[in-house]
Parts: sequence; C-alpha cells; structure tokens
Amino acid sequence: MISYSVTKEYQGMVDAYEKAGGDRSALLNKEVAKLVVHGNKVLSADGVSGIKIETKETKTGVNIYFLVKEGAKIKHPVHLCFGVLPQEGLQEIILKVNAQDNSEINVIAHCIFPNAVKVIHKMDADIEIGNNARFNYRETHYHGEFGGIEVIPKAKIKVGKGGVWQSTFVLTQGLVGKLDYDFEVFCQEKAVAELVVKAYGKKDDDIRVWEKIHLDGMGARGLARARLVLTDRAKGEVRGETYGNAPYARGHVDCIELVNGKEAVARAIPIVSVTNEKAKVTHEAAIGSIDKKQVETLMARGLDENEAVDVIVRGILR
Amino acid sequence: MLRVENLQLTLNGKSIINDLSLHVNKGEIHGILGENGTGKTTIAYLIMGVNNYKPTGGRMIFEDENIADLSVSQRAKKGITLAWQEPAKIEGLTVRDYLKLGGNNFGIEQVRYYLGTVGMDPAQYLDRDIDSTLSGGERKRIELASVLAMQPKLAILDEPDSGIDIVSLPFIMNGIVEMNRRGSSVLLITHNEKVVEIAHRVSVLCAGRILMTGAPAEMSQWFKDNCRKCLHINVPEY
Ligand SMILES: Nc1ncnc2c1ncn2[C@@H]1O[C@H](COP(=O)(O)OP(=O)(O)O)[C@@H](O)[C@H]1O
Ligand SMILES: [Mg+2]
Repeated sequence: MISYSVTKEYQGMVDAYEKAGGDRSALLNKEVAKLVVHGNKVLSADGVSGIKIETKETKTGVNIYFLVKEGAKIKHPVHLCFGVLPQEGLQEIILKVNAQDNSEINVIAHCIFPNAVKVIHKMDADIEIGNNARFNYRETHYHGEFGGIEVIPKAKIKVGKGGVWQSTFVLTQGLVGKLDYDFEVFCQEKAVAELVVKAYGKKDDDIRVWEKIHLDGMGARGLARARLVLTDRAKGEVRGETYGNAPYARGHVDCIELVNGKEAVARAIPIVSVTNEKAKVTHEAAIGSIDKKQVETLMARGLDENEAVDVIVRGILR
Repeated sequence: MLRVENLQLTLNGKSIINDLSLHVNKGEIHGILGENGTGKTTIAYLIMGVNNYKPTGGRMIFEDENIADLSVSQRAKKGITLAWQEPAKIEGLTVRDYLKLGGNNFGIEQVRYYLGTVGMDPAQYLDRDIDSTLSGGERKRIELASVLAMQPKLAILDEPDSGIDIVSLPFIMNGIVEMNRRGSSVLLITHNEKVVEIAHRVSVLCAGRILMTGAPAEMSQWFKDNCRKCLHINVPEY
C-alpha cells in the first residue's frame, strides 16, 4: 500500500518532472514502462511486456536490474525519473542492464535536482547489449540555480555483435555544479557505439567528461562526441579516447568547447590509438571563443550580439 | 540610397581601398566588377561593418545617415544585409530557423517559397543544419535565400555566383532579380562579367578604387579588354 507521504513525494516528482519539460502523460500511461526514484525510494516501477524492472532500495539509493527480453521491440520509450527534491541528499543508483539479443529499446531519463544545495547523484551502470540489439539512451538533467550538486555518472557498456549503443547526456539547464562523467564502451564485431555529451557550464561549474570507446571487433564503429559551452569561471575538460583494435574498425572523436568569457577554462584531450593496421581512428577538437564570423552572420540579419551568441550556443548544445 | 564617398582603408600600412566613391540608387542592381584581390570583399565588409573593418577615411551615407559608427546589428536593422562570399557554417541551426531569423515573423510557407526560389527542395533542406554537412554551394544558395527572406533595403551580395555549379546558377540569378523586383536595392559584387548582365549599372573596380561606372554591356567589355590582362591587379599600392 502506498503511504500518504509517498503519494505526496510522487506528486512532487511528477510536478518537477513536468516543470523540467518531461511528459506527464507518459508517467500515467499504462503502455509506457517507467521508473520513478526519489532519493532512495522507488515511487513507481512499471514494466511492460518485454521488459522486466527489479528494484531494491538501499540506504543511500536504489539498485536496479533492467532486462529487455530477447527479440523484444519496445514500442514506447521507457521513462526513467531520478531526483532529489530537498536541498540536501545523496542518491546512489546501481544499475544493471541486460538488453538481450535482437531487442530494441529507447530509454529517456530525466534527472531532477531543482533545489540542490548539497546533493550528490551517483550512477554506476553495468550494461550489456546483446547481439544485434539496439539501445538508445538519453539522459537529461535539470538542476536548480544553486550549483551545490555533484553528478557522477559512470557506465561500462559491452555491445555484442552487430549491436548498437547510442547515448546522449544533456546538462544544459540550471547550474551544473560538479560533473564527473565517465562512460566506457567495448564493441564487438560490427557493433556501433555513439557517446554524446552536451553541457553548459556557468559560474563556478566544473565539468569533466571522459568518453572511451574500444573497437575490439572487426568492422566496429565508434563516435565520441562532446559539446561544452563555458561561461563565467566555469571549467571544462573533455577526454575522448578511441581504440581501434580490429580490422576495419572506424572511430572518430569529435569535441567542441566554446569559451564565452575571459575566466572560463577549457581543455580537450583526445586520445586515438590503433593496434590493428586496418583500423582507422580520427579526431577533431576545437576549443575557442565563439566564432566572430558566425556572430556577425546573425547580426547581419538583425540580431543583437547577445542574441546571436545565444543562437550559436543553443545550436551547439541542441 | 547608399553613397560611399572617398572611402579609404589602410590595413597594416597597406592601402586596400583608395579614395573609393560609389552610389547605389534606390531600386537598382548595381554591379561591382573586379578581379581577384581588387578589394571587393573589403568593400562589402566596410559597408556591413564586419570583421572590425572601419574606414580610415571618407564617408558612407545610407538614407542620409552616416553609418560608419553603427554596429552590424544596427546597420541590419536599418535594412542593410550581406550575403558572404564564404558564409559561416553554424552547427545546430536549421535552414528553417536561419531563414526565419531576419524575416518578420513569416510562416513556413514563405520559407519554402524562398528556398524554391534558389532552386532548393524544401522537403530536403528545411530541417538540415547550416553546418559542415552542407556543401559550399548549398550553403551559398541558402545564404541568398536568407537574404531574400529578410527583404532588405540594400542587399550586398559578395560573389553570389562563385562556387555555384552550372545547373544552379540560373536559380541564383533568378533569386537576385526576384529580390530586386520585391524592392531590394542590390550591390552585386563579382568577378564574372556575365553575372552583371542583370545589373542596371556597373562599376569597374581596380586596386581598391572605382575606375568607371556605366551600362553593363559597356563595362563588361571594358573589363574583358583591360582588367583581364592587367598586370597590376593585385598590387593595390600602384
Ligand atoms: N588584413 C589584411 N592586411 C593586409 N592586406 C589585406 C588584408 N586583408 C585583405 N588584404 C588585401 O586586400 C586586397 C583586397 O582583398 P579582398 O577585398 O578580399 O579582395 P577581393 O574580394 O576582390 O578578392 C588583397 O590584395 C588582399 O591581399
Ligand atoms: Mg572576395
């Protein structure tokens, strides 16, 4: 039985979720699998046919086992919602994902910390994508304006033959606080991995991104992409690593960091390595202030300088 | 509409624009014909006010107002715009949104129309970004469409024909004529004497100075006979 306080918490999360741009109706739709976690409480966990979600509350968070059954093609995106509504709290999510062979799924996660003054959100994910399975994961964060938050998402992802892993991590609303992102993917034969991170650092935000892709199977493909915009005194560091270890493996590391302001600091460390003579890995990294010609292009259409910069920043982070 | 008088620009001790005078009348397509390195892009930048170019002498009067001290945005708001010789590519900005930027709140039908005018299939391009996935020629046609969409009083077109394939060129020419028909004066900058056939008047540019202004056919002929063989074209300090 759901207690009164849980109902209230659930209501609070759904409200915050909607305010953050989430689709409230998705959380109410019976055909949509969903999981809502507040702090270390599971407020709702509903699977649909083809998916199994098991949860266990711990002292500091929740352990989650997420199964997509063999051959299951999940029609509606699965909605995950993690949050801490009070000013302080610790949330540790331990996530185990098993997407079995030939399954297909889209997962949309919203992470909501609107009032964080001292909040830590950690995720440790161990993810297995089966042969020819497709897994698309998009995580969007909504932080408040206090910046007192630490976000530490770590994932190890194994992608089986012909499997596809695509993930996008977006932290562009509110202050980042401290971000320490670390995703590592291992690709077997003909597997595809795409890691995308977009973050907007302001004030004293500190952003660290570490994307690693191992192309271990023949014909595996990888893309490690990062887009950072840094203003005020924000710091950003992006490490993009790709290892071509098999014939015909193709990888690309692509990083853009826009620095808007004299005190912001950006660093990019691309590492590309090839241990097989038939593999090929490329990289491009662009760090710098916003391109003046782009700004003037928009100004020549009547935008003010600030508006022009805003359009460019929004474009990069889109 | 635009009166440029005795314009001067010296960069790093080098005189790039030399005592240049030019009048663009309301409603006209005014061609500027000049070989490479004669200062065409520099004139475009000076009038638009981009690239930190500020005249070191002379005047630029637009509709009876000195524009030399206005920002790029202010000049644009007065109705001046520029189609760049090599337009910037911008990640995450769609063709649709780019065309809507300068326009006054028009709908998608107009965006489609302007794309069609430069020979681009809206279904194929509307939702693409104006980023490096576009070819140079595609980006230039979109640039022209966006100028069309803005319906400026004065459109400065810096070599709208360069980098355009032979099949698309008629669409570009058509777009320029259409822009003019809808009320924009056009400063049509090019090194191709065929392109200025659509102009009402043409000025020949040499070493940062207007040598003469006249009817297109006459100026084109003179340009072919003289400028093409000229040996001091890239030596502005002649
Ligand atoms: N920053 C600069 N410093 C010195 N010379 C320059 C600079 N920029 C352009 N120029 C020179 O000015 C001349 C005119 O350039 P430009 O206007 O680009 O010519 P066009 O567009 O006609 O090809 C060229 O000789 C070019 O080398
Ligand atoms: Mg030029």
